[in-house]
Amino acid sequence: MAKVLLEMKNITKTFPGVKALDNVNLVVEEGEIHALVGENGAGKSTLMNVLSGIYPYGSYEGDIIYDGEVCKFNKIKDSEEKGIVIIHQELALIPYMSIGENMYLGNERGKSYSIDWNETYGEADKYLKMVGLSDSSRTLVKEIGTGKQQMVEIAKALAKHAKLLILDEPTSSLNEEDSRTLLDLLLKFKKEGLTSIIISHKLNEVSYVADKITVVRDGSTIETLDKKTTEISEDRIIKGMVGREITDRFPKRPNVKIGDVNLEVTDWVVHHPQYPERKVVDGVSMTVRKGEVVGIYGLMGAGRTELAMSIFGRSYGTGIEGTLKLDGKEVVLTKPKQAIEHKIAYVTEDRKGNGLILTNPIRVNTTLANLDAVSNKSVIDFNKEYQVAVEYKEKLRTKTPSVEQNVGNLSGGNQQKVLLAKWMFADPDILILDEPTRGIDVGAKYEIYCIINDLVAQGKSVIMISSELPETIGMSDRIYVMNEGKFVGELKQEDATQESIMACIMRQERGE
Amino acid sequence: MQQVQKILKEHTMKIVLVLVFIFFTIITPNGQMFDASSFDSLIKQNAYVYILAIGMLMCMLIKGNIDLSVGSAVFFVDAIGAILMKKMDVPVWIAMLVMVLVGLAIGALIGWVVAFINIPPWIVTLAGYLAFRGWATALTDGQTIGGIPEGFTKLFAGYVPDIFGNPTCNITCIIIGIISCIAYIVIQVISRNNKVKKGYEVEKLSALIIKSVIITAVIMLFAYKLATNNGKGIPFYLIWVVVVALIYNFILSKTTLGRVFYAMGGNVEATRLSGINTKLILFFAYLNMQFLTVIAAWMAMTRFTSASSKLGLYFEMDAISACIVGGVSAYGGSGTVFGAIIGATLIGVINLGMSLVNLDNNWQKVVKGLVLLIAVVFEIFNNRKKTKA
Repeated sequence: MAKVLLEMKNITKTFPGVKALDNVNLVVEEGEIHALVGENGAGKSTLMNVLSGIYPYGSYEGDIIYDGEVCKFNKIKDSEEKGIVIIHQELALIPYMSIGENMYLGNERGKSYSIDWNETYGEADKYLKMVGLSDSSRTLVKEIGTGKQQMVEIAKALAKHAKLLILDEPTSSLNEEDSRTLLDLLLKFKKEGLTSIIISHKLNEVSYVADKITVVRDGSTIETLDKKTTEISEDRIIKGMVGREITDRFPKRPNVKIGDVNLEVTDWVVHHPQYPERKVVDGVSMTVRKGEVVGIYGLMGAGRTELAMSIFGRSYGTGIEGTLKLDGKEVVLTKPKQAIEHKIAYVTEDRKGNGLILTNPIRVNTTLANLDAVSNKSVIDFNKEYQVAVEYKEKLRTKTPSVEQNVGNLSGGNQQKVLLAKWMFADPDILILDEPTRGIDVGAKYEIYCIINDLVAQGKSVIMISSELPETIGMSDRIYVMNEGKFVGELKQEDATQESIMACIMRQERGE
Repeated sequence: MQQVQKILKEHTMKIVLVLVFIFFTIITPNGQMFDASSFDSLIKQNAYVYILAIGMLMCMLIKGNIDLSVGSAVFFVDAIGAILMKKMDVPVWIAMLVMVLVGLAIGALIGWVVAFINIPPWIVTLAGYLAFRGWATALTDGQTIGGIPEGFTKLFAGYVPDIFGNPTCNITCIIIGIISCIAYIVIQVISRNNKVKKGYEVEKLSALIIKSVIITAVIMLFAYKLATNNGKGIPFYLIWVVVVALIYNFILSKTTLGRVFYAMGGNVEATRLSGINTKLILFFAYLNMQFLTVIAAWMAMTRFTSASSKLGLYFEMDAISACIVGGVSAYGGSGTVFGAIIGATLIGVINLGMSLVNLDNNWQKVVKGLVLLIAVVFEIFNNRKKTKA
């Protein structure tokens, strides 16, 4: 048996009113990749924050035994000195600084009064090479994509001489390809003796990379599955996470009649707002029928969001060309307001950034896109507004004590429901859902899928943008595959498999 | 105990206001702070702050934007008004109309640059701060223009006439006070009954009674003090302030327009994608600010009955301070008209109290600066505790 590197014993952490962690035990052996899985709010991130000293010693109960000794970390620096480095879910790089500057931020090379830039960049380049990046460390972070940024985060951790690397949802903002690169990198470092703890929602990744999987539910560790001794399947993990078996991850859609074409886009071209010579969407044509779920699959940066937002009242891009027909009639929508009036809704992928007002209650968020419906000559009818909010809360089964609760206090899945409620209340015929299940747990995902089914059953059309293949295949009637601003394939549900979709992308990449 | 803490937290500034008032009543000679004339001066001296603070509140709600140009704009508008009325003998109403148009033109210019060219507001309004004071000083050759026609000054500096003509106690003033109290209570009771009928959550009856008693007591105290101020009664300044405050309170708390201001303070991008023309709202905030600046300019000119180059100096700072002290978030998204009014009153009381005890003018500024800083720090701490819990 390998040496135990880390043992967390009976960790209990309480916040005012909530027990976030309840007697949690975690054993990590040297040189393994240990995955932590669990629904949102189960306590995974809290546990890692305890470990890395974000919650200082004394603010929790229990012991952390690392490398044979009991640790009392008071701040992140303490744990980093021991080689425990955490990479948070949100990228923490500063866009206007170079990769090298970012990597040694707070840990500068050279003397205390002068930074040795040659050493900084030289060392940084060395670590960049280790993670497989060929970019120069003098490149500004804002000029590299999210995939590479995540690699920079890992290089940064290595530069701190990490022995135990903690990754919190490292692939949540990465596409399939970059995710795979990252996971392979972890496997490579494992061989070289690095121990990692990975928190992830993506079970296929977890079962691919992890040696052991610990399931956390409601602040307690439920079980630890060992790849050596037990067969680990996604269904097995889900059962541990939700405490029951989910037989079907995608709900069956009752026979929905697919009607006439109600949205048609032809030769749609969108240019980048800052670099107008660059085409972000290049000659895309598509049709959407009533009662149909149309999936748009593509990797991050393929131009999916840009396509959706440019259709939604030109809220993204410049120099937009092409025609947009709604119910056979050509329309020109230049403002989000016009798009809403023409019964189009765009449900953003970035619910915190541009979807919801986190500091406002559910009630206010629900009605924001359709205030006229709850007001009389622009005076808001608060009773009506309250009733609307309650109605949608119940319809979508949003878990909250009251609709006066601020949206920022809700979990990701419930926030997504509020966002959906907001756009459903705007009464659209066509809903563009951009990554509707990003960062939410299995149970909430299922509920979102049910809502999508209800919407098409009412004769509405849904365009679902996703970078998760199983979801795209499981939910769509028809799939467009997008890559580098172009549609590179159109597949019916019965023809769609992971292989056939990826083949569309590969064909284009090879220039065929 | 927890309940008491909650009440203390919610009403901190109001309690501080009362304590500060009592403090000055004790330390001023003969309790001068509590004299009828002090109540009158409090209103006269601060009328413009109330008006500007309401405009500033609208700007600040959108991501904590401020308008630094209002003090200079007050002087600029007044300089034009004074020249028209005094040097060119233009009828008062035409002069006032021109002042409004000039104000709106300034507002449209600033709003356009801020909202549609996308320049940070503090830079644009800093330019306005410099340019308008300079321009106005040039227009008036640096001279004070005095002798503003009475037809204009009495619109603001006058008093609501007493129909009973009692020389020591203005009965009209008392009656208006009583009517306001009754109106307040009736509105409260009706809205509560409506809520009960529809089965919504309502505040406890005892809380409502306590609130009503305190509010009516304050109104009647003011009514009594103003009535006994040598029978002068209610200054027109107060009428202007109350009307403006009621209108803007209605807009911000009850209308879709008001809702949009708060929404933008929370998340501009989400508001834009909800189909709201956020640039237009930002434009409107600055247009509206300058409109209210014109009203403040009228008040300032009638109070001094002249336009001099020091007119309006630091007015923008007074308005911003009033908002901050009144709990308007410096980052946008939260704040109320009532809060801004409490803030303005608190600063007004401190100002008046300090001059009554003859504190050196420079030290007065130090005290005001400290009050502002403490208020912001307090707000941050208060919010931090809220998010932790």
